[in-house]
Amino acid sequence: MISLFTAEGLAGLVFLFIVAVTVGGALIAVGSPRLPRAVAGLAICFIGVAGLYYFLHSPFVAVMEMLIYVGAVCVTIVFAIMLADPGDEQKVGRRSAVAAPVGFGVGALLFWGMAMLGIKTMWPAAAAKVNTGSVTDIGHALITNYGMVFELISLVLLLAIIGSLVLARAGRGKS
Amino acid sequence: MSILNLSNFLEVYLVIAALLFGIGIFGMLYQRTMIGMLISSELILAAASLNFMAFSRFLASDPTTGQIFTLFIMGIAAAEAAIALSIIIAVYRNYKSIDTEDVASLQG
Repeated sequence: MISLFTAEGLAGLVFLFIVAVTVGGALIAVGSPRLPRAVAGLAICFIGVAGLYYFLHSPFVAVMEMLIYVGAVCVTIVFAIMLADPGDEQKVGRRSAVAAPVGFGVGALLFWGMAMLGIKTMWPAAAAKVNTGSVTDIGHALITNYGMVFELISLVLLLAIIGSLVLARAGRGKS
Repeated sequence: MSILNLSNFLEVYLVIAALLFGIGIFGMLYQRTMIGMLISSELILAAASLNFMAFSRFLASDPTTGQIFTLFIMGIAAAEAAIALSIIIAVYRNYKSIDTEDVASLQG
């Protein structure tokens, strides 16, 4: 049993807090009747996920999560809400009454199945680490083993920039 | 396995990721606006990334693999969000609504 008043105990407490932030943010993101609050919940959830990445010994990916998701994706969604929100009352939920129970049932079933799968499976013992997973190792792997993928994803991002500019600049007229 | 020691077990992260995935699926079916569905899809991608990171930390011999995969997922998600939001803005310009049930021109 770990005492609360040691470094490990405090880290465990912080971990529980981060898990609560992640799950709470996700619940706000899907359940809020107003879109700006949903985006705020999404940002809170991503801050929590960044904390989980930190506990997984990956501070670099945690920083990238904060930069890309909280800093870029959420802000972009906020701009889209400003440009495309009709502004009147945002009713949450579908007009048909079955969407909420069916959605809850499917989500709960998938959660239960995947959680049971993760818990029941006997995972193999951890293999010997060939490196420490530091930022230096990530950089070396990115320009050696994953160089082709790195080039391809830069092409995808360039196409996405051009495509979103073309799409958002001139939509077809209603006539 | 005490409650303060949870961050050192693979199963904890798998359950959190499954919970995020379930919440994302629920939001995808429950939300009415396209932006709400986009937010739910981001949650699903975050769950997938968390799984990759957990397996990379606990089981893989090369811990950089999962981190790099997560970085690529982030890139794809950013591209997807940019394209989806510009499509949503174009739809709003045509229909003056982002409600999924108002955009029904192709209804038979």
